[in-house]
Amino acid sequence: MFAVLMITLLLTILLVGSNMDTILKQGVMFQVRSEIIENPSIAESFANPEEFEAFIQQKIDERVKTLGLDSPWYSPQRVGLTMYKILILDFGNATFLTSDSGSSNVGDILLEKIPRTILLFTTATIIISIIGIFLGAASSNKIGSITDRITSTFAIVSSSFPVWWIGMLMIFLFAFVYQIFPARATPTMDSSDPGYIFALLYHMALPVITISLIGFGAWAYLVRNFMVGVLQEDYITAKKIMGISKRKIIYKHALKNAAPPIVTILALSLSGSLGGAIITEAVFDWPGMGRLYFDAIGVMDLPIIIGATYILTVLFLISIFIADLLYGYFDPRVRRGS
Amino acid sequence: MSVKTSTDIQKEFLKSTVGLTGIFILLILIAVSIFAVISIPSDTFQYWNNPEKWVSYPKTSVPSWVNLFVAEKIPEHKIFEPENITLEQNGVFLTSQQFRFNYIFDDFPNDFMYNYNLEYIGSPLLEINVIKPDGTYLELISTTLPYATELTSYEQRIFSTDSLLRKNITMQSDFYNFEINDMNTIELIFSNQKKQEILNGDYVFMINVYSVEPQNKFLNSQLIVGGKAFGVMGTDELRRDLAIGLLWGTPLALFIGISVSIGSVIAGLVYGVYSGYKGKKTDEVMMRFNDVIYALPALPFLIILAVTISNSIFLMIGFLMIFSWVGIAKVSRSMSLQIKTRQYVEAAKIMGQKDSKIIFKHIIPQMMPYVFASIAISVPAAITTEAGLSFLGLGDPSFPTWGQILHDANTYGAAAQGFWWWIVPPGLLIAITGLAFVFIGNTLDTIVNPKLKR
Repeated sequence: MFAVLMITLLLTILLVGSNMDTILKQGVMFQVRSEIIENPSIAESFANPEEFEAFIQQKIDERVKTLGLDSPWYSPQRVGLTMYKILILDFGNATFLTSDSGSSNVGDILLEKIPRTILLFTTATIIISIIGIFLGAASSNKIGSITDRITSTFAIVSSSFPVWWIGMLMIFLFAFVYQIFPARATPTMDSSDPGYIFALLYHMALPVITISLIGFGAWAYLVRNFMVGVLQEDYITAKKIMGISKRKIIYKHALKNAAPPIVTILALSLSGSLGGAIITEAVFDWPGMGRLYFDAIGVMDLPIIIGATYILTVLFLISIFIADLLYGYFDPRVRRGS
Repeated sequence: MSVKTSTDIQKEFLKSTVGLTGIFILLILIAVSIFAVISIPSDTFQYWNNPEKWVSYPKTSVPSWVNLFVAEKIPEHKIFEPENITLEQNGVFLTSQQFRFNYIFDDFPNDFMYNYNLEYIGSPLLEINVIKPDGTYLELISTTLPYATELTSYEQRIFSTDSLLRKNITMQSDFYNFEINDMNTIELIFSNQKKQEILNGDYVFMINVYSVEPQNKFLNSQLIVGGKAFGVMGTDELRRDLAIGLLWGTPLALFIGISVSIGSVIAGLVYGVYSGYKGKKTDEVMMRFNDVIYALPALPFLIILAVTISNSIFLMIGFLMIFSWVGIAKVSRSMSLQIKTRQYVEAAKIMGQKDSKIIFKHIIPQMMPYVFASIAISVPAAITTEAGLSFLGLGDPSFPTWGQILHDANTYGAAAQGFWWWIVPPGLLIAITGLAFVFIGNTLDTIVNPKLKR
């Protein structure tokens, strides 16, 4: 798992490295020039412009050397150093973007954005899974019934709609035609305001509704399929013969046995939703990780890109790990087997 | 895994309405693609992003079929071709172009534009006059063209917003029974004399060129009456005809979806089968590599790749393949683990056949139904991912895809301004295309894995 993390990081650095180098060097050049221009006495001490230029170039070279930018970006020391820094969660400073409070430390920016993304997508995933599990269980109860057919059809149809397009439609319908919700999900208030939480929740409503609307169908369908498998088992038939009501069988016995795969998928979809958040957040203008990532790519703010990729991968790996643990908890056979 | 012959599968497939619906939609899409490729010249998408090509089109106009459903007819954007008349009178040659049309809409047109390209010698006089449905005569413009000693062609666009037109109409203001300052030029041209209302009926726009030389000739002459409705699909903020973009998007989406899914399924299949067949160390190493790719966050990486390397559509297809073969590799590995224990595979092995021959001749043919099902199922994901990337503005600018149309819609705030014809059709097409493949894939899947059927 650690190896996966390292490889992800390495790939990210490889992909963005050369650009990062150019940007950093340009930054140094700009810095040196502006420092010299601020001090007119340096310029006056030179007889002709060529000498002055040479002096600037020499200064730039010196600065580049002290920063270690003279060796190419793919040199082992530099890649190693970058990776070591990231491992100890030191992401450095962002080149262009800042957090709402004005800090340009990547760690601060990420810390500010992550809770918002988690808030939005966890809420949506919880709503999706609750609706999905009950709808799935209900439709597995009577296979071929109207509920079952509607659920299955809805699952198939909704899975081929892009969430962001539904988002655009929802904004069009509920923010402009019927003005119920705000169009932009970023609250206009200052984050220190006591009403901020409520404003945030109100602004969150439209994205949550959209994500849930698209998501729950597929969930219900999955749960239904697992339940159908479980309901074919012998012990369920035995319970039926014993005269236990069908409702009790489904919600108490069958659902518990269908739990392991459902929980695994829940954990995976939680972290998967974070990666998919980029487009959704861009549509709703939600001030979370996805938006940050998109903005960072737009201006090539590499420390942020690397930091965000790292965090996304870590979250993903953690959820795989948790899914494994939960699987063992719900299905004791896995624990004893290994 | 139950073995079914291809005829069995065919028979079962033909029984399923869902599967047939999928095939039906797909056939329509293919027909549309063929139509697009044949009817619209392929250089069209190259000028998709060139605003100069679209000047004679209206800005954000609704599709013209909307008029069928509304009581107040929205003025349609019309491009008129002229009727030619040439006369000679007392040594003055008159070359005339007439545009005759019946205006039946319930609102004023947005503007008009007259485009012409005239070949002349000397300094001819150009006049534009309108005969309104009530028989009255309105002079719009009367101007001399720049003097030319030899035969030259002169190109010009005259807009209704031209101040010269306004001046000319103001001079004829006694024609109207109301204060003309409240209305703009185009409204005055199309207005009733008594009230500030639209006057419907036959309008004749006459363009007269008077000259003492006989060589005057219109090379090109076009009158555009700008409306708020145009074409089958309307236009966008940049005046582009959305019908063309949507039509061209169809073959592109099918191409992207099908090539990505075929590529990734075949790659995953061969990878997984080889890994499962070889077993032991090879299997271990290959599966670990598979896990690594699986754990990479796909969308962020796709974005980084598109930004840093290239957003050419062919490279994007490659990038999409990199991230979509993983799941198939896992499933086909476990399938090949089962198949390789079958006796005929072992027999082939003992006979000393080459590994590659066993894999391609004995194992993979057994998995073909599964392969077709997964190709169909993975098409929608490829299409939506590509659309998503295009939506973020990372699409290939030389090919108008549905995602890019939506990207433009989003940047120009189509939702806020209520341009539904700009938002709904591209997304709907993405969804329908995806749906066709999901239908086909699901049907195949239930036939191949009968356990899901109950």
